[in-house]
Amino acid sequence: MTFETIEFVVDEARAKLTLNRPDKLNSFNAQMHEEVRAAMKTVQRDDSIRCLLLAANGRGFCAGQDLSDRNVAPGAEAPDLGASLEQRYNPLIRRLVKLEKPVVCAVNGVAAGAGANIALACDIVLAAESAKFIQSFCNIGLLPDSGGTWSLPRLAGRARAMGMALLGDKISARQAEDWGLIWKCVADDELAGTAEQLTRHLATRPTRGLGLIKRAMLASQDNSLDAQLDLERDLQRLAGRSDDYREGVSAFMDKREPEFKGR
Amino acid sequence: MTDYEDIAADLQGAVLTLSLQRPEALNALRQQTLAEIADALDAAAAGEQIRCAVVYGGEKVFAAGADLNEMSAYDMIDTLNDPRPGYWKRIAAFPLPLIAAVNGFALGGGCELAMHADIVIAGSNARFGQPEINLGIIPGAGGTQRLIRAVGKSLASKMVLSGEFIDAASALAAGLASEVVQPELTLERAQQLAHTIAAKSPLALRQAKQALQQAFESPLGSGLEFERKAFVMLAGSEDRREGIDAFLEKRKPEFKGR
Repeated sequence: MTFETIEFVVDEARAKLTLNRPDKLNSFNAQMHEEVRAAMKTVQRDDSIRCLLLAANGRGFCAGQDLSDRNVAPGAEAPDLGASLEQRYNPLIRRLVKLEKPVVCAVNGVAAGAGANIALACDIVLAAESAKFIQSFCNIGLLPDSGGTWSLPRLAGRARAMGMALLGDKISARQAEDWGLIWKCVADDELAGTAEQLTRHLATRPTRGLGLIKRAMLASQDNSLDAQLDLERDLQRLAGRSDDYREGVSAFMDKREPEFKGR
Repeated sequence: MTDYEDIAADLQGAVLTLSLQRPEALNALRQQTLAEIADALDAAAAGEQIRCAVVYGGEKVFAAGADLNEMSAYDMIDTLNDPRPGYWKRIAAFPLPLIAAVNGFALGGGCELAMHADIVIAGSNARFGQPEINLGIIPGAGGTQRLIRAVGKSLASKMVLSGEFIDAASALAAGLASEVVQPELTLERAQQLAHTIAAKSPLALRQAKQALQQAFESPLGSGLEFERKAFVMLAGSEDRREGIDAFLEKRKPEFKGR
């Protein structure tokens, strides 16, 4: 597969999707949306891929929407931003969240607007110490999209979510880690190595079980405890039928390392 | 059991499961498929062994509609003489409980097939819709009639006039589906429910299904009369004696269908 605005590599059960418009801080234009969509479909469909890493080239992670794609001339008709979300950003967020394989995100620099919220939709977010998270929407009269108004209050709590969304301040990677927005903040030169190590590990884990964990966690955001207990019962029933569960238990009993196949 | 091409029939105890077998065509319902479903249900109703049936499409798709290649060749006269309405009638006339286990798309004829069932168990990935309007036609197997009775005027009209789909949660909220489960468990849950139903008195099941169907066919007064007559008739059955005795003796009833 050849792409222009992203790099996409599959290697030993791991897929790596790298945003690659570094001169534009990897901001999204129509082509990048199309290419990311195509790559995500491959990740979704290819059972040999057991982990996804989302990363970016250059000094920034992603500046969100490329505004030069959306310049509104005075007097011109207003663009339908809803359609752009419906057709492009929302399907991407849904794909990341519903993908039944772990998604690691390596935030190497500034993550602004939709770029920040795409990162926060990933399962395990690593950020370089110099990275920043910015809900820049409020500075141009918009509201956080790509799941921002859903994920921010859930991750950071209402007070911090409101502050971030209404003020548009830069939140440092360290602060993001302290607030629980992300999994881990690491030294700049350790980001790539940490991401590499983490995805290598995840790609050998019981993928089916990890996928069911994602499904349950996502459902928990809307479920009552009763409904969630029912869901856990059903998903555990499925997990209990996986080859990896048998392997996990028998390796434990034999006191050896398990060899998971992801099924 | 007879060999079918478009469906697979599986009998476990008193529960017959019919699985659509054309996933490469998204289980599009061609004439043959409908004929086979009707045949299988007729055969099931004629024997003594089967007490409940399940219709299932698979984990990814239930049935994405009619077979358009087949239909595009039809002019008005062909359509007038189309045998399919006859197959649908036979499916609707199946006298035993029928459960649809729906994962993925149940569109057009697929949605109508699900609505021919008495109970719909939906996987969380299920999508229901009547997109016929996009093709310049309208639903032709009860889509305009059963849907409105199941979900009410506004939602049914939206679906039939715009062709937009609804998801499993909406189908549950609207009353089109009776429960939503994980897609991998849809068939299992439907079969489990079918076994529960199959353990009841077959006489009572047939009467109960007919009485429920009367609710769509007649005004309340005649529906209540039908119910009363069926109720009285069952009073003469051995199964009723057995059911009440077992309850009073705190044991499981053994129904014989007499």
